[in-house]
Amino acid sequence: MAEKQDFYILEDEVSIPYQNAYGPTWTRFFEGFKKEKIYGSRCLKCNRVLVPARSYCPRCFIEVEDVIEVSQEGAIVSWCLTEYEYFGMPTKPPFISALIRLDGTDAEFVHLVGGIDLSDPEYVRKTVKTGMKVKAVWKEEKTGHILDIKYFAPVK
Amino acid sequence: MGRPVAIIGSGQSNHGKRFDVTYPELVKEAVDAVFENTGISPEDIDGVVFGTMPSMMEGVALTHLYFADVLRAEGKPILKTETCGSTGISLAITGYYWVASGMADLVLVVGSEKMNEGDPQATMTTVLEPFYQRSFIAGAPGVFSMQSQAWSARFGIPEEKIRDAATRLSIDHHNDAFDNPHAHIKKRLTEDEVNNARIITYPVRLWDVCPASDGACAVLFASEEMAKKLGINAAWVKGIGYSGEEYWFGDSDKVEWQCAIDAAKQAYDMAGIKNPRKELDVAEVYNPFTFQELLYYECFGFCDFGEACDLTLKGVFSREGELPCDPSGGVLCTNPIGATGLNRVAEAALQVTGQADSRQIPGAKQALAHAMGGVVQFNGVMILGSEQ
Repeated sequence: MAEKQDFYILEDEVSIPYQNAYGPTWTRFFEGFKKEKIYGSRCLKCNRVLVPARSYCPRCFIEVEDVIEVSQEGAIVSWCLTEYEYFGMPTKPPFISALIRLDGTDAEFVHLVGGIDLSDPEYVRKTVKTGMKVKAVWKEEKTGHILDIKYFAPVK
Repeated sequence: MGRPVAIIGSGQSNHGKRFDVTYPELVKEAVDAVFENTGISPEDIDGVVFGTMPSMMEGVALTHLYFADVLRAEGKPILKTETCGSTGISLAITGYYWVASGMADLVLVVGSEKMNEGDPQATMTTVLEPFYQRSFIAGAPGVFSMQSQAWSARFGIPEEKIRDAATRLSIDHHNDAFDNPHAHIKKRLTEDEVNNARIITYPVRLWDVCPASDGACAVLFASEEMAKKLGINAAWVKGIGYSGEEYWFGDSDKVEWQCAIDAAKQAYDMAGIKNPRKELDVAEVYNPFTFQELLYYECFGFCDFGEACDLTLKGVFSREGELPCDPSGGVLCTNPIGATGLNRVAEAALQVTGQADSRQIPGAKQALAHAMGGVVQFNGVMILGSEQ
């Protein structure tokens, strides 16, 4: 098969700015972040507490109770250590993504696990465990963004 | 229930890094091949179904417009179907519906991707909304690694055992790919090479992950009347199933994974399959990651939950095993995403018509083809048989 250099290659880049509307529920959720609070929503039919907060239950399809504050502590349900990078990656490796079940909620919250040394995968593997208790660590400067939580750190 | 539907032929491009052709020229390879393989003329086609992953993959939007010429779609209806990684199986199901409905007798179905022209993981990350999940998911490997970790924790499967089973699959599939003239990555691997490969997203290592491939696949779907008139050795669609889940990754259980379980069950019920491990002769499971292939064996009822590693290590799913899985080398060795699910269908059709050459499973009469898409959100299954 022909190698790349045998034929001309057009170098192209498509870059388009977007303005994505948060809407009322995400806006409330991220207002909470500015006050170091995590908001969820309770469905009045299935009684599940969903986090992040949302305007309707995706199973019962009814409007849900107004936002409620949920715990900032929870347990790791699953995790992975990312060691590769792609163009425009919003979070730079190495980092640990995790599904975290915040206490008293009924859905997993996706965020980072940090506060531990990530330079050695073997150390990470031995340190981070499913079921491990973690707690939100907030940034000093908050802008109403998902990364206002720096990461979830192991509870000592 | 609609009319009986047959697959009367397929064509695949050569898969790999295809900087030797433009994207439409790549699609043309597969389309030309299906007409050459079947002897059918493009004039006889009633309509065309086409699909890819997000158009940003190659930086050109709505490529079915760009490809109308090579798809031989002039003067014909053209439909686009797009469901992320499951695009290929959704394309097949769209072609099936069109013929089964009685609205068409001969439909050309084509899927394609030219992943090396852009940045596939950067493209796939835009499948996620920008407010929340995009910051953490780390492309496809991140999602599948978290799914795998949750699975091992749920069933208490030792990490070392999963590693051993995943390594076995990786070695076997990269070997199998030598028998598939269309496969991208063909490699003789040792256990040490797989076990000590570079970490991508722990526990997933390099040889657990599919490549980024350029390629296209074309399949012809025909009515019973058309298939019999043409007198072609056909594969018959015995069952289809497709199921989706709610959007947020953390909202639903990805271990006892309902959309995978349901898609298979729908297809089995339609095909009258009660015991898939016994009644299927071969399965083309969508396996972009070794760890996920193990989970599929369980969700599809090839074995019970928690059993896949042991049975894989016993060889139950290998080429000479009870239910050979991915004798083509599967997605692990070749992944042009928009074509990948359709490749599974094409390979399953080759198997049940005895045309799979050196990767043929002897006497295969019933086969499963599958694909998955979204942030582990969609699964689709098609059962093909040698008898109507």
